[in-house]
Amino acid sequence: MALLQIAEPGMSAAPHQHRLAVGIDLGTTNSLVATVRSGSAVCLPDEAGRTLLPSVVRYLADGDTAVGYAAQAEQSRDPANTIVSVKRFMGRGLADLSNLAREPYRFVDAPGMVQLVTRAGTKSPVEVSADILRALKARAEASLGGELTGAVITVPAYFDDAQRQATKDAAKLAGLNVLRLLNEPTAAAIAYGLDNGAEGVYVVYDLGGGTFDVSILKLSRGVFEVLATSGDSALGGDDFDHRIYCWALEQAKLSGLTPHDTRLLLTRAREAKEALTEHAETRFTALLSDGQAVDLTLTQAEFHAISKTLVDKTITPVRKALRDAKIGVDDVKGVVMVGGATRMPQVQRAVGDFFGQTPLTNLDPDKVVALGAAMQANVLAGNKRDDDWLLLDVIPLSLGLETMGGLTEKIIPRNSTIPIARAQEFTTYKDGQTAMAIHVLQGERELVADCRSLARFTLRGIPPMVAGAARIRVTFQVDADGLLSVTAREQSSGVEAHIEVKPSYGLSDDEISRMLTDSIEHVHDDIAARRLREAVVDAEALIDATNNALAADADLLSDAEREAIDAALAAAVAAIAGSEAARVNAATAALNQATEAFAARRMDRNIQRALKGHNISEL
Amino acid sequence: MAITLSERAAQHVSAFLAKRGKGLGVRLGVKTTGCSGMAYKLEFVDVANDDEDIVFESHGVKVFTDAKSLAYLDGTELDYTKEGLNEGFKFNNPNVKNECGCGESFQV
Repeated sequence: MALLQIAEPGMSAAPHQHRLAVGIDLGTTNSLVATVRSGSAVCLPDEAGRTLLPSVVRYLADGDTAVGYAAQAEQSRDPANTIVSVKRFMGRGLADLSNLAREPYRFVDAPGMVQLVTRAGTKSPVEVSADILRALKARAEASLGGELTGAVITVPAYFDDAQRQATKDAAKLAGLNVLRLLNEPTAAAIAYGLDNGAEGVYVVYDLGGGTFDVSILKLSRGVFEVLATSGDSALGGDDFDHRIYCWALEQAKLSGLTPHDTRLLLTRAREAKEALTEHAETRFTALLSDGQAVDLTLTQAEFHAISKTLVDKTITPVRKALRDAKIGVDDVKGVVMVGGATRMPQVQRAVGDFFGQTPLTNLDPDKVVALGAAMQANVLAGNKRDDDWLLLDVIPLSLGLETMGGLTEKIIPRNSTIPIARAQEFTTYKDGQTAMAIHVLQGERELVADCRSLARFTLRGIPPMVAGAARIRVTFQVDADGLLSVTAREQSSGVEAHIEVKPSYGLSDDEISRMLTDSIEHVHDDIAARRLREAVVDAEALIDATNNALAADADLLSDAEREAIDAALAAAVAAIAGSEAARVNAATAALNQATEAFAARRMDRNIQRALKGHNISEL
Repeated sequence: MAITLSERAAQHVSAFLAKRGKGLGVRLGVKTTGCSGMAYKLEFVDVANDDEDIVFESHGVKVFTDAKSLAYLDGTELDYTKEGLNEGFKFNNPNVKNECGCGESFQV
């Protein structure tokens, strides 16, 4: 018999129509799955009662795949086929990654993303992530007793389009319907209910096992905007274990340890760290393989002293993020703590001292991201009433396309809330033009060369018309996950072309901020360049039209008139080779004037031609 | 005529209400729908309907229902059980003659 959950008033599902939705924290080190049950968000445990699933996948010799603790246990024995922390490789090309020599894996460069050679064949990070997601999906379906309607998956705020798309692809491969991707700090803020709270700036301090991220979020009208992110990809709870380990080596005067002893002492170090969260002191004991016994006592004060530099190291990125966001410490409304390492009292104290307020710590910092994702999934799946919140995100960089002369036309400005769709009409540039190339761009700069190219496609089959007569509607649509699709449609004939943007390479947060600063620094150059390009485009169009007219109706001109037009033409051609917008505009105006009479005569001739053989009464 | 909660069910309802931060109790009801004719309804109660509601109290938890539902639910005990990884509420309803495989829908 099916087990029921308590629904919100009036929201009982019809039998077999339960909208089961989960939130998934697909982490670098550990992953979790959570859901809202009878009104409360809970993380779903496995058969052994563990909620964390180590983000480790091992490909076995018999063709099976092990995920989680089972895979982690064999990591040191079978490193090449045991993939850990695959999240680092998502949406990344070989060129994007550093320190690959330290990895035990064999990498192959593939278009867009690296791949790893395992005994089960070449695996892309997307496939490995899909294996983790599959394990979480199976756990969720066993726990909820039915098929999932959908999932919200969290990604770091600094993930770019390529990394987000890779995450979405992994979910699709695992058979999950992605309701949306959600930024991890935003999920943490939701779990604390900040989205229902006061508008303002919030800081999410996320100290995980091996990485540190800090995000500055601004909440206004129920929308979280990521103002800035910073962090240290090589700083986390493991470093604190290592400090205790080094302290133990020093205190017990140990050297020449076997790998087994090292592992044992590191485990003891982690246990000591965890014990010191609750207790003022802890014993540190171990029996080494050579029979030597280690028996030490570590006090909280001593631990704080040996780890002080690590704690201080997290404050530097916090300062940087605040500076990037142009936010002062006093402007911060609240601080959310995420990641197991934030349980350490000295970390909480340091953060509290820096911000002058007590950080939010009452939710389990390992689970808070998954819980927030579950709450969002519950809303998106339709298990809450409409008057409850629906959270939105914004796009970090403007999206646009290339127009004549290498100029960028912005269609969707940055910081627009998503999902969003915007359309603009364009036209043809040459007579009889039957195709139009659409070049999709991302960035704030005026010139195409300074923006990032996302995709190119061609709209073909435009009926031949004079330049400027065709009406081509280009629609940019960004879905709730920040993924872009572009459609071009010629209005009279209905011919259409469409592309989904899957950028082969993404942008790092550094690149995004560089692109933003560049656009501010170069605003004057950009405007000048834009003026010149626009002038050149106008001039070229006129030169083109004049040449066509001369080819068709040169007999309408006297020799002197022809000479004047030729001279103006030559001047215009010379002007566009230069770099002065004013000179180009002047030459265009001169050519316009020189051809004015000619144009009028051509018009008369065309009208006569058109009227020939017709009765006045027909008109 | 009564509907009761098992002690475990009452504990869970109380805990859920506390976490939710609001709510008077839990509403049990039946809807005429589903593959076998009727289906259970299990919802939080934020606003009582004084004209129609019949209210019981079981292990300190208020149980709301209406006269029409009570005809089908009389003698029912709501239990909370675990089956493997899955856990949730279960209706032990003595009036049921037939139910669909999943038990979400039933006949009397």
